[in-house]
Amino acid sequence: MRAPKWLKIERRPVPSGRTIFTVSILAILAALVVAGIFFQAYGVSAIRAYQLIVKGALGSKLGLAETVRRAIPLLLCGVGLTIAFRALFWNIGAEGQLLLGAVAAAGVALFSGLPDVLLLPAMFIAGFLAGALWGLIPAALKARLGINDVITTLMMNYIAIYLVEWLIHGPWKGTQMRGFAYTDKFPSAAMLPLIPGTRIHWPTLVLGLVLAVAAYILITRIRQGFEIRVVGENPDAARFAGISHLKTTLLVMFISGGLAGLAGVGEMAGIHGMLRSATQISMGYGYTAIIVAWLARRNPLAVIVTSLLFGVIMAGGDVIKVSLGLPFQLINLFNGLILFFLIGSELLMHYRISFSFGRR
Amino acid sequence: MTLATPADYVVQLKGIVKRFPGVLANDGIALDIKRGEIHCLLGENGAGKTTLMRVLYGLYQPDAGEILLNGKPIQISSPRAALTHHIGMVHQHFRLVPTLSVEENIILGLDEGTGLFLNLRKTRKKIEKIAQEYGLQVDPQTKVWQLSVGQRQRVEILKALYREADILIMDEPTSVLTPQEVDQLFATLRTLVDDGLTIIFITHKLDEVMQVSDRVTVLRQGKLVATLPTSQTDKPSLARLMVGREVIFRLEKSPLQRGEKLLEVNGLHALSDRGLQALRNVSFDIYGGEILSVAGVSGNGQAELAEVLTGLRRATKGRVILLGKAITNRSAREIADLGVAHVPAERIKMGIVPNMSVRENLILKDYRHPPFSRGVFLNYKKAEANAQRAMADYQIAAPSDNTAAKLLSGGNIQRMVLARELLGNPRLIVAAHPTYGLDVGATEQVRQVLLKQRDQGAAILLISEDLEEVMALSDRILVMFSGEVMGIVDAEGAKIDEIGLMMAGERKEEVEVASTEVA
Amino acid sequence: MGWETWVIATFSRTLAYGTPLLLGTLGEIYAERSGVLNLGIEGMMIMGAYSAFAIAYTTGNPWLGILTAAVVGGAFSLIHAFASITLKANQVVSGLALTMLGLGLSGVLGRGWEGKPLPAPLGKITVPVLSDIPVLGPILFDGQNMIVYLTILLVPLLWYILYRTRIGITIRSVGENPATADSLGINVGRVRYLCVVVGGILAGVAGGYLSVAYRPAWTEGMTAGMGWIVIALTIFAFWNPAIGMLGAYLFAALYHLSFRLQPWVSPELLRAMPYAFAIVVLIAVSRGTLQKRMGAPAALTLPYTRGEG
Repeated sequence: MRAPKWLKIERRPVPSGRTIFTVSILAILAALVVAGIFFQAYGVSAIRAYQLIVKGALGSKLGLAETVRRAIPLLLCGVGLTIAFRALFWNIGAEGQLLLGAVAAAGVALFSGLPDVLLLPAMFIAGFLAGALWGLIPAALKARLGINDVITTLMMNYIAIYLVEWLIHGPWKGTQMRGFAYTDKFPSAAMLPLIPGTRIHWPTLVLGLVLAVAAYILITRIRQGFEIRVVGENPDAARFAGISHLKTTLLVMFISGGLAGLAGVGEMAGIHGMLRSATQISMGYGYTAIIVAWLARRNPLAVIVTSLLFGVIMAGGDVIKVSLGLPFQLINLFNGLILFFLIGSELLMHYRISFSFGRR
Repeated sequence: MTLATPADYVVQLKGIVKRFPGVLANDGIALDIKRGEIHCLLGENGAGKTTLMRVLYGLYQPDAGEILLNGKPIQISSPRAALTHHIGMVHQHFRLVPTLSVEENIILGLDEGTGLFLNLRKTRKKIEKIAQEYGLQVDPQTKVWQLSVGQRQRVEILKALYREADILIMDEPTSVLTPQEVDQLFATLRTLVDDGLTIIFITHKLDEVMQVSDRVTVLRQGKLVATLPTSQTDKPSLARLMVGREVIFRLEKSPLQRGEKLLEVNGLHALSDRGLQALRNVSFDIYGGEILSVAGVSGNGQAELAEVLTGLRRATKGRVILLGKAITNRSAREIADLGVAHVPAERIKMGIVPNMSVRENLILKDYRHPPFSRGVFLNYKKAEANAQRAMADYQIAAPSDNTAAKLLSGGNIQRMVLARELLGNPRLIVAAHPTYGLDVGATEQVRQVLLKQRDQGAAILLISEDLEEVMALSDRILVMFSGEVMGIVDAEGAKIDEIGLMMAGERKEEVEVASTEVA
Repeated sequence: MGWETWVIATFSRTLAYGTPLLLGTLGEIYAERSGVLNLGIEGMMIMGAYSAFAIAYTTGNPWLGILTAAVVGGAFSLIHAFASITLKANQVVSGLALTMLGLGLSGVLGRGWEGKPLPAPLGKITVPVLSDIPVLGPILFDGQNMIVYLTILLVPLLWYILYRTRIGITIRSVGENPATADSLGINVGRVRYLCVVVGGILAGVAGGYLSVAYRPAWTEGMTAGMGWIVIALTIFAFWNPAIGMLGAYLFAALYHLSFRLQPWVSPELLRAMPYAFAIVVLIAVSRGTLQKRMGAPAALTLPYTRGEG
């Protein structure tokens, strides 16, 4: 590409943390401005929409609680995705892995017959394993056969959605609520405690925070984390250093899928208390988490902040959905725009751009 | 010397300046090229030769200065513009599309002919005519990936001639050729010049300058040092101009102290990435304390040999025995743990992780062993101490051990790779093109390091295309052609033309018979 | 159902369902041949579907709808082209962003259009005489619409351009070795922009076909992952339009045959079939040694900067 004369783009060696932070904030603001233009075009005042979002998501105790509640699955999925993305495995399948976690949790809650004390731990373990298994399939396909990870993880999402639909319409269909596609309600021992007056299932939140720290330690201090980074940064060097691509890929997807599975358990045992339609369980947490992880620059600790930010957008989206009559697809619009401005801003970070008018 | 008038100059560069972030690649260079001459641009790697020619070819825009063609100032905004001014360039790394045929490559980017549709018959005729005229035979319908390196170079030259280039820039054209192919190339260049073309020949090899050029221009660190008629200079003075000090041509090498047999390779076969036979029945031994060089034109199995020995490629047949222990098809990790070091050919692509720090790159091989690892945790304190020591011992110039490896210069990257690979004193060192692309200082240091390892009893397998280096460093020379061993000769008393013949596919026995017959 | 009716039904549905897949695949083949992976097919398709429906509904002219879909698809692809070619952003992320944007925008804009039937969908054609040929006639010449035929005609055309013309050589060289193309005066960026836009136009038309011809109505998210199946088919096709046609129709046939399992397998699981097929298809082509020699364009997903190649 030939750049015009007045525009000069030079590579800058390494952007500082502050540059990254500033540029990220600017990117989000730019995305909000463009989304605002869409609002106006739709006949909705952008200023009013943003006022509602901020007030709805941050202005009241209830709003804050909703923000945190939305942030919980984003945190768990997002942390898992940072690990996968570190190894340059494009896990677009957190959505499906989350659903599988929900399915496993529902299965244990409804049919295991375990004693009450063991029920919740068993749900979390089963949910982790189910999500991990769903993630290991594309991992094995990529590492052994070189099959594109983006496509397989995505296809697995759709398969997971129909698996849930099948279960709630067929074999697991509830006996208590006739005519509806739900399973039966979980026994109360399968439900997580909430912070009173909110829908924050705090044990999952604590789990998410602990795992974010653990993931950070894995990446920065532990041998396997070093291997993950080498594989992601330069697969040839990894092969050269005798690091197994297969093992590393399986490991990151075991973790990434497992954490998404845990998010599914949290939604089941903390919010829904039954397996229901996939769109009701997830509302695209798995996709939004991709941006959560990317915005956090693949740093698990930063995911704590970015998941809260997207919690605000999701909770605020709920509010304007109701009060302005906008569809929930709005969240995808935000997501797409923010992602575009983020990757666009990478150029700002790695290149110094200067304008010079007049002849050289 | 006759006085040249401006009309004799086909190209004049005036005060060319080209900056890259942190580097002044060309610093006010003024260069005049005479019509119909072969003009060598001589300089070390990084002296600015290629940059200057890329400016002339329109790939870079100069930050200052002007270009005169036949006395008239011109703007060369792109390679396309260069071609309209009849300037062609044969790049060091060929600019060919392997999946396309020869003729498709030749007409690529041209918009002659019947617009959208191809008239390949006409093209083919024209190609065949040019090929015949200059002895550049090659089948126009073959896909480029099926051609040898020498043939590909012919396609590159054909491409420029097809575009009616009057001025042909050749960037290090001999680095991939056998000595015999070099002679053939030089003959072709002479014919071209006789036909009125002007050739600018980039090189860092003094022999070539003396052999082929009419005049020579020496560049050093982005500055023009001198332009001389070749007949009025000699190798030592050119070397002095090029390096800026006296150069010692011979390395001090201690007499061979052969130790025990370290590596035994028996009937090794392996496939290339494309699934073709890359190694055929390769057998040899290496002993402690010796340097065995593998010479050959690139692409004749050397890369695959290094990979099989270091566990990066599977052998389909045959055995590799290290100190009496079979290591055939063991993993790279196991082989490294047995004391085999590997200085890879593609040091940036494979040898380092560009975005990770010098400190982390230095433990890339040993991170899982104590002291760098305690249980599952990495010990960054030890890694840091290791980095400090390595940076001092190997004179790695870096702002700190926390700097990203990609910010280091080529020479420092190679020092870093050596420091890492030689950590823990390996028994066998597989070094592929260890000095390729390094400046004189770094080259000398790398060679000294290898000789020191040899003197300490390590066995070294040196893969190199630089025959000068092979002759200077090795105790024995193994020549490969088409995946086979053509022969192994003692470096002492080896003749370069015999090695050249072996590189072109003649076996040692045939070569020896031929030379005794001549005698 | 008689044997003959069964064959006719299956194959004519195969043609109908395979058409949008084939259109998308042809477009993606061109984009990827020039070195740009566009994972935004799903987003461009859904935007095409929405805009075609909205225009066809308001104007009553389905062809105007298709034309709009082409323009919208092309314009949408420009966003990806700008991000990945000019800004050299990560192509995977940019493509995902495009899909999200398309799903989001079409969802927001299309809210009022949901559930309305299209009064004048794209007409079905019955070719006289030819449609009387037994079996083949009803499959090929009875009840298909114009786009089905145009798509089939597009295959040899795009194949010819790619392999037998100057343009094709240029596109392939840019996708294989952009530095070479650049050094010969080819404007790498322009070629890539053009190919991405061609891909966008075809994806837009594919979407338009869905909402004004295949199932003349607008539903949020109606492309249901077709865009991703297109990506899989592109790999299956080894980036060759002719194999792409085979792949798209084969896929569509399998899809319809799976519904023959209706009596034994529940409808929810059957709906998961195409996605499972897509994975199976990729597994099938990953085997065999062909892949090394007929692999992806060498510069796929790699942005080009002069002087770095």
